[in-house]
Amino acid sequence: MNWNWDVVDDFMPRFWDGVLVTLQALVLGSLLAFTLGLVWAIAQRSSKAWVRMPVTAVTEFIRNTPLLVQLFFLFYVVPEWGPAMSPLMTGVIGLGLHYSTYTAEVYRAGIDGVPKGQWEAATALSLPPVRTWTAVILPQAIRRVVPALGNYVIAMLKDSPLIAIIGAFEMLGEARAYGSETFRFLEPITVVGIAFIVIAYPASLLIRALERRLVR
Amino acid sequence: MTWGLWESYMLPGIWITIQVTVYSAALAAAVSFVVGILRSSPLWIVRFLSGAYFEIFRGASALVFMFWLFFALPIAFGWQLVPMWAGVLALGLTYGAYGSEVVRGALAAVSPAQREAGIALSFTRMQRLRRIELPQAWPEMVPPFNNLAIELLKGTALVSVISVADMTFAANLIRFTTNESAPIYTLLLVMYFVLAFLITRGMRLVERKAKAGIGQAPPPGGGLLGGLRRRTKTADPVTGTAGAGTPGGNQ
Amino acid sequence: MSADTPRENATTSTAADGRELIRFDKVTKRFGDHVVLDQLEFSVSAGKHVTLIGPSGSGKTTILRLLMTLLRPDEGVITVDGDHLTHEEKGGRLVPAGEKHTREVRKKIGMVFQQFNLFPNMKVLRNITEAPVHVLGMGKDEAEQQARELLEKVGLTEHIDKYPSQLSGGQQQRVAIARALAMSPKVLLLDEVTSALDPELVAGVLDVLRDIAHTTDITMLVVTHEMNFARDISDDVLMFNEGKVIESGPPEKIFNDPDHERTREFLGAIL
Repeated sequence: MNWNWDVVDDFMPRFWDGVLVTLQALVLGSLLAFTLGLVWAIAQRSSKAWVRMPVTAVTEFIRNTPLLVQLFFLFYVVPEWGPAMSPLMTGVIGLGLHYSTYTAEVYRAGIDGVPKGQWEAATALSLPPVRTWTAVILPQAIRRVVPALGNYVIAMLKDSPLIAIIGAFEMLGEARAYGSETFRFLEPITVVGIAFIVIAYPASLLIRALERRLVR
Repeated sequence: MTWGLWESYMLPGIWITIQVTVYSAALAAAVSFVVGILRSSPLWIVRFLSGAYFEIFRGASALVFMFWLFFALPIAFGWQLVPMWAGVLALGLTYGAYGSEVVRGALAAVSPAQREAGIALSFTRMQRLRRIELPQAWPEMVPPFNNLAIELLKGTALVSVISVADMTFAANLIRFTTNESAPIYTLLLVMYFVLAFLITRGMRLVERKAKAGIGQAPPPGGGLLGGLRRRTKTADPVTGTAGAGTPGGNQ
Repeated sequence: MSADTPRENATTSTAADGRELIRFDKVTKRFGDHVVLDQLEFSVSAGKHVTLIGPSGSGKTTILRLLMTLLRPDEGVITVDGDHLTHEEKGGRLVPAGEKHTREVRKKIGMVFQQFNLFPNMKVLRNITEAPVHVLGMGKDEAEQQARELLEKVGLTEHIDKYPSQLSGGQQQRVAIARALAMSPKVLLLDEVTSALDPELVAGVLDVLRDIAHTTDITMLVVTHEMNFARDISDDVLMFNEGKVIESGPPEKIFNDPDHERTREFLGAIL
């Protein structure tokens, strides 16, 4: 064991840079996942098969293929047709898109959990569909799904190091770069590994507490 | 892409992906059962340690752990792992933690009356576990294990990063050689999807057999478009919590 | 087993007319602040059939669960066939029993549950042979031979190869009786064995139990709401109220001419 605290000290400024990028990716990715997921969930309940079927097929495909390969696809293939994106932007879109297929399932379950009578009451009052969704169904559904969404944010946090592979310098990216410059891998990677556990564990405790308060 | 590239890179890559999936699934299954059973031990210290394992590996990022095994472990202890085994170890230990929640949940769902009947017949704790509780919990474990196996398959793409020549590694090489990215990555995604589909088919057979083994009706077939995931009431493999299909476990 | 006690001579279970098989000595059981059993004292002699009656919550089921070691008493000692159930003697002192001692003593007791609790993952035959083979170390052939005999006794020979889920409630309960008897217990505990059954299936189960009561020397401790059945098979009836035995005696006495006002009320309400 040749652990060197000086190396840790030397790495820390870059670690904090990495934390910042990780958080950016996480926040933006979550917002994208929450929004897109809701779109998928509502589209999957559409009465029109030409809306429902393709959305189901695409989300199913994205959910069952590796995020890493999707990131490669976004990073190398998409610029051939459209605008080139920065690694961070690509990472945000990749994370958000991948996890939107999971949050869609969460919303779906939340929407299914709203009693049938609520739909019937909305119909009886002749509420237009948009009102029914925004004023009746979603407010009741969202409350139940907050903890489940939170759990996916933690899952996304653990997948966020993948964006280092397409060149975004989040925590792991900084550790790897530092390692290849100085040939010291032990300290930076250990610091980053512990950082993930230190962030994820309290976050999951928080969500469990939230779960007890909101879902009952 | 030419046949030559396909033959020299992609075919061996598919084989490596399958190997990594099978080996890490085997390790994950072993960890799932051991840790899952220990987490319901009557001894608090055993419960605490196995619970700590679950919490730590649930919080850890598989990729960071894999990097640590690959880059840091040799420096720290002088053990140089073959890249593939570093990958298998990282995936197996991480997904085993999620799997332990599946096992624990399914064991907890066995009716307490069954435990009492076992006590009434003077079975020991181990006998109850082996002959009564595990066989009854097993069919409940199969659908969440199916989802977990698909997550694991997706996770195997990470080994390409530590230079294991799996499908993803091969695709990167081919992109590099041909300078064409769209066809190869599209094909790669489709191949992962097909493998996930095969896993689901296989697990459905396992579930059918498991249910028949305790005199229950087999599950509905689901059909080709039934989706690869099974909605489960027990642990969700991505978050390690109650399934996404049921926020908060139930309503 | 000493089953030579003529049934006509049965008086109360505390009488010393047979070897004492079960003894509760100042047993107290609480759930939180609620005292379920309060310094309970009673005993059952070998070969006797004793029925526990009383309003729900009076502690009858708790007694069975204590004997099954599904619960532990807060105070007092339970003795089964001369051995302490929840305590063992070490260096001349009584200490709480280890798992091994408890299991040894418990092997003398069999139980039939309200909800049958058959193992759904095993077919009928294996439900019956599993414990004799793996707990008593009986040979597989011998255990199967015994299971066939028991199934014939409960009238289910043709269902030997089915899963519990393929049987009616009454059939499942008869398998559960066979499963308990396969361990050759000295005491059989019956916990409201007909309460979960459809009315038309009750008679079949009670017939089997009557047959066992009248043809074997097994000791029975019965909790039931079937008063006709209790009258038929019991040597003694114990009336429970609020964790205490308030009255006991032969069934003719308790059912026809109870001393205690509370007993009269209870029987009036359910008969």
